[in-house]
Amino acid sequence: MSDTLQVQDQPAVIPARRRIRLPLAPVLVFLILMIIPFYADGFWLQTGLFAMAAAVGAIGLNLLTGATGQLSMGHAFFLAIGAYGYVYFAADSSSTLSGLGLPPLVAMVLAVALSGVAGLLFSPISGRLSGVNLGIATLALIFLGQHVLFNAEEITGGVNGRSVPVFELFGFAFDGTTPLTVLGIPFGGAEKLWYLGLVVLAVAAYFATGVLRSRPGRALNAIRDHRIAAGVMGVPVARYRASVFVLSSMYGGLAGVLVALAFQRTVPDYFGIVLSLEYLAMIVIGGLGTAQGAILGALMVTLLPQVLTRYSDSLPFVAPPGSGGTLSPSIAARFLYGAAVVGIVLFLPGGLLSLWARIRTRIIPIPRKKESNS
Amino acid sequence: MTKLIELIVNGLASGAIYALIALGFVVIFKATEVVNFAHASLLLVGGYVIAISHDRFGFWGAVLLGVAAAALVGAIIEFGVIRRARALDQAVVAIATIGIDIVLTSELTRRIGSQTLALGDPWGDRLVHFGAVTIPLTRIAALICASVLITVFLLAFKYTSWGVAMRAVAEDGETAALMGIRLGRVSLGAWAVAGGLAAVAAIFLTVFPTPGLDRTTSVAALKAFPAAILGGLDSTTGALAGGLIVGLTESLMTGYQSELAFLGRGIGDVAPYAVMVLILLWRPAGLFGTRESARV
Repeated sequence: MSDTLQVQDQPAVIPARRRIRLPLAPVLVFLILMIIPFYADGFWLQTGLFAMAAAVGAIGLNLLTGATGQLSMGHAFFLAIGAYGYVYFAADSSSTLSGLGLPPLVAMVLAVALSGVAGLLFSPISGRLSGVNLGIATLALIFLGQHVLFNAEEITGGVNGRSVPVFELFGFAFDGTTPLTVLGIPFGGAEKLWYLGLVVLAVAAYFATGVLRSRPGRALNAIRDHRIAAGVMGVPVARYRASVFVLSSMYGGLAGVLVALAFQRTVPDYFGIVLSLEYLAMIVIGGLGTAQGAILGALMVTLLPQVLTRYSDSLPFVAPPGSGGTLSPSIAARFLYGAAVVGIVLFLPGGLLSLWARIRTRIIPIPRKKESNS
Repeated sequence: MTKLIELIVNGLASGAIYALIALGFVVIFKATEVVNFAHASLLLVGGYVIAISHDRFGFWGAVLLGVAAAALVGAIIEFGVIRRARALDQAVVAIATIGIDIVLTSELTRRIGSQTLALGDPWGDRLVHFGAVTIPLTRIAALICASVLITVFLLAFKYTSWGVAMRAVAEDGETAALMGIRLGRVSLGAWAVAGGLAAVAAIFLTVFPTPGLDRTTSVAALKAFPAAILGGLDSTTGALAGGLIVGLTESLMTGYQSELAFLGRGIGDVAPYAVMVLILLWRPAGLFGTRESARV
């Protein structure tokens, strides 16, 4: 009783200096990413492009699995829809393959929308099943999806896949055909797509952060932490689960479009269960439930095999690809990130992102609040 | 008509094998509330050990060795990872088992490479004739073996103290622990049993008419997942029913795929997943699963 009185007696606490918090780190990272194409070679730009595409997809999966606790093994399916949707909408019809020949930007938007519709069609299941059960149910999407990819040859091109039309924005083509030199650096397809990927990723991350920090994000976390309590507090659990599934599939579709643009060819084999598992590995390694975690994890999982391939000569145990050695870089990478998933679940449940937070508090101790003189 | 009967018997045989895998999966789920996505790789471990050791120890010796190896790997996973992750969210533990699966499957597919390994089974490609109906001997062996194992397992589940302990833990882990049941031992046992069952299933997934153990065997093993969930993840009866449904669907759709050409090539392999989706639309908890209900 006396405590409350004391508090009331105190004058309202006014902070001596209000710090204006610029999101310094993201801006800095963004600037660094802006200048990379001026220094990195094609190999790394291509790898970076894949990492950005993966990051977009991983953000979507993290909304679903990390923030809501709904496991999905079907993420690769939505990537496939995005990729093939883009190709179908943007490509012109030929004698064997059909296409709509729409402007690439329209095709991109439609492909993302199509992924959303596919996610919506799955909503009777995604809204009603919880957590791991949904994980097994979404296995169906992978296998049924691949079946369609192999068989609907008129749209997908079957086993051989289809080549991806170049992305164009108001007549500006994102490939190497129109010569463009910026500050003495020739800009080819990889450089141009790099900036496209960067913009898409920035928007995707910004939107996801907004969702997570606002009312729907809280509701999703509430569903993950205690579904019944969330329901009792008035969160429409089934609707939220279905909605976040749709949102995550749209992110998957967008990632699929980027992957298609980076690969320049879509093949059905790529969109298998291994890809889905990679995405799950990404969000666990990076950190569950945040956009930054997804980006970090996507970076790790995408770069690892490439780094191992590039430097396989100087690494012990790892043999260069094609040399018939015991451990090829791609398998070594799978070992590493598989083990990383287990290790992080056991010892670092917040993912690598929490490691960063730990280091930061170690270096810059959080200023203690002034003791009130009572 | 003969074709139909043949397909049904074949379907029942492979269904019994899927049931065997699904049973292990369900047992793990009941005892530890963990959805084990590494189950297909446990199966691959068993199959691989049998394949490499049957030359030296003979088929039956190799089977014992394979079952022991898969059970051991299961127990190691439980002891090394699952036990330490008990407090975590179910989905997160499931992802940890995916990590284990990635490591195990990569290692085994690396070892298997592009070869197709024979398991050295005594049945070979012999056929058995019942009138006009022709059934491979391996299918009959599968049916008998799986039925015996499932019966033994269900009896043990019902009557032995191990089974009672397991059911008590599934019912209410905390109370069971207070009654003196050692949770760790029960879940260790569940993982070992599941590994052993998966190893036996590995034999029948890879014998005639399948060419042998290769890197795609784990994809075949994945069909036990729809079997487990369409029957209900927490129901042993469901695992059996689910296994049979998956086996029959696969066999019939493959057998009649020329009539079903409009569905595309290889429909038999994906039909079980379609059936799973349909059943989940109708009953989200599976055919025999307990509907989720909670008292607040």
